[in-house]
Amino acid sequence: MINFLLKGVLRDKIRSVLSLIVIFLGVMFATMMVGLMAGIFDDFIRLNAMLDTGHLKIMTRAYDELSDMAPNDLAIIGVDSIISDLEEKYPDLYWTPRIKLGGLVDVPDENGETKNQSPAIGMGIDLLSAGSKQAELVGITKALVRGRLPELPNEALLSEKFSQKLGVGPGDKITLLSSTMWGSFATYNFVVSGTLNFGIPAMDRSTMIVDIEGARLALDMDDASSEILGIFKNELYQERRSEEIKSDFFGRQEMSEFGLLMIQLRDQNDLGLLMDRANIYITFMIGIFVFLVVLVVWNFGLMNGLRRYGEIGIRLAMGETKGHVYRTMLIESLIIGVIGTILGMLGGLSIVYYLQEVGIDYSDLMEGYNMLISGVMRARITPGTVYVGILPGIFASLLGTALAGRGIYKRELSQLFKELET
Amino acid sequence: MIKTFLLLMLSIFYSGILSAQSQPKPTAEEIIRAVDRNMSAKTTVLESKMIVHGRRATRTISSKSWILGQDTAFTEYMSPAREKGTKMLKIGNRMWTYSPQTDRIIQISGHMLRQSVMGSDLSYEDMMEDPKLFERYNAVLEGDDIIDNIVCWRILLTARTKGLAYNSRKLWIDKERMVPLREELYAKSGKLIKSLRITEVMKVGDRWYPRIWIFKDELKSNSMGTEWIVDKIEFDLNIPEKRFSKSGLRK
Repeated sequence: MINFLLKGVLRDKIRSVLSLIVIFLGVMFATMMVGLMAGIFDDFIRLNAMLDTGHLKIMTRAYDELSDMAPNDLAIIGVDSIISDLEEKYPDLYWTPRIKLGGLVDVPDENGETKNQSPAIGMGIDLLSAGSKQAELVGITKALVRGRLPELPNEALLSEKFSQKLGVGPGDKITLLSSTMWGSFATYNFVVSGTLNFGIPAMDRSTMIVDIEGARLALDMDDASSEILGIFKNELYQERRSEEIKSDFFGRQEMSEFGLLMIQLRDQNDLGLLMDRANIYITFMIGIFVFLVVLVVWNFGLMNGLRRYGEIGIRLAMGETKGHVYRTMLIESLIIGVIGTILGMLGGLSIVYYLQEVGIDYSDLMEGYNMLISGVMRARITPGTVYVGILPGIFASLLGTALAGRGIYKRELSQLFKELET
Repeated sequence: MIKTFLLLMLSIFYSGILSAQSQPKPTAEEIIRAVDRNMSAKTTVLESKMIVHGRRATRTISSKSWILGQDTAFTEYMSPAREKGTKMLKIGNRMWTYSPQTDRIIQISGHMLRQSVMGSDLSYEDMMEDPKLFERYNAVLEGDDIIDNIVCWRILLTARTKGLAYNSRKLWIDKERMVPLREELYAKSGKLIKSLRITEVMKVGDRWYPRIWIFKDELKSNSMGTEWIVDKIEFDLNIPEKRFSKSGLRK
């Protein structure tokens, strides 16, 4: 019987094409919407985690009080042993030191005197130690525009815009002027190994990235770092596990000024509030969107049922039972729903995949923003993007047909011939 | 006999009071000129120590400076080892620094001038500042105060020209020695930016000069203050002009 109904659906274009188009479009937009929302939000959290907050962050209590100023004089000392201890106790995370740099980048002329200079913000990241994945996690490998990644501690990466502003490129010498962690005057020569474009306006303006050992040499921070970041090895923020680690770590620390403090991602930069609000907004927006799609598809199911009023009358007059007519209509609706949903999901997921891999560059509109927000809008395929279309695509059209089909049972056989005569 | 002695004492006492009352009160400009006479010279050569108190450690940085007039100065850092050989040259409103580690002469300008020197509470701008107050500020005598049991004039200075590091300054000047003992430095908004205390004054020839200065950057919440101690100072010596050249930085 299903074969018979399928042939009917495929051959009777009036019965199927319009329904398919409505379900296809509804499912495609719902899938796109969920993928885009998930992508934007995940990107935001990931960016913050990899560049700044980690999924967990460790610093001294004194540093935490003034963390906006990146006070390296209050940095963590004895980092290597702390990291070995963390790796042993919490092996599900990468533990990595970070140094925040601030100062002036100076470009020399042929006499070694100032040709050009500009303030810079920078980071010392573990790029060179064996097995370090930091270059990939932070997105440096993908962001490389010219040159190569640093291979020596005295090599530096500059953001492309910053390198253009300074008039330097790979192979050129630059000098960093800053303060050591002991407050002394720090000057250190680096060689530009490459340039980067993060697609994040706040990062692309005046960023300098060096290997952690280079930063340590420049700022006299032997075995020290501003912060230690913990990043889950599956790269996803796990709130409950973070909470467990934080509590366990807290119990083993001194309460002194230079005692260590661990904070979660959600406790930094108002990310917790943002995450909670974003979850509510996303659920609300997707809910509204899915509801609208359900309404349209359901309405279409109703209309379809009513449009076939005459056909149903003839089938009943010819002796088909009411239950059989009702069931065949439901199966037809299910077939159209499933085909429309599969097509819609394929369409929606294709667009989401494209936006996941390529994205939409809107960084020009972000000039002047200092937040760690990507200038490239990306979507992400999540389990939600796969399931979200099923509700409007299959169940809404089925429900519409089921409601419209109730009329079949109200029709009196004695009235049918009169109706058909007219 | 006793009556005669008492009369004599009373007459001395009253004549002292009357003479003090009859002494004309100096104007704010006169006080500032007197301070400038103590603090400024044609040339100055000084050896000093800067003690920077941090939350983790205290560092002592020693240096020798050669100063010509109000706007030319050369400083060489002598210790600790990391700082040794670092030199700074100021000519007018331009400043260069040389560090032997990088063998670079770097011009300090713009925003960098407001940065701390060697992690202290002093900025490059503070170091470059023209100390002749009379030429840069309008002075108002606000009254008297007692600072560390010393009677002081309280003077308010307001900038005559734009572009100065501090728009207004409040000084407490020792009435006897005509040197400032306290100073507060304010931004145009009225916000207190820096404060300084002078805890020891020394006699150098015929002038008084502060020996121990304590600077505090009021904008740095973690600042523990910086002491600047003048170990040796000489005025109006002959300093060869080549001392103040950029080529002198690399020597």
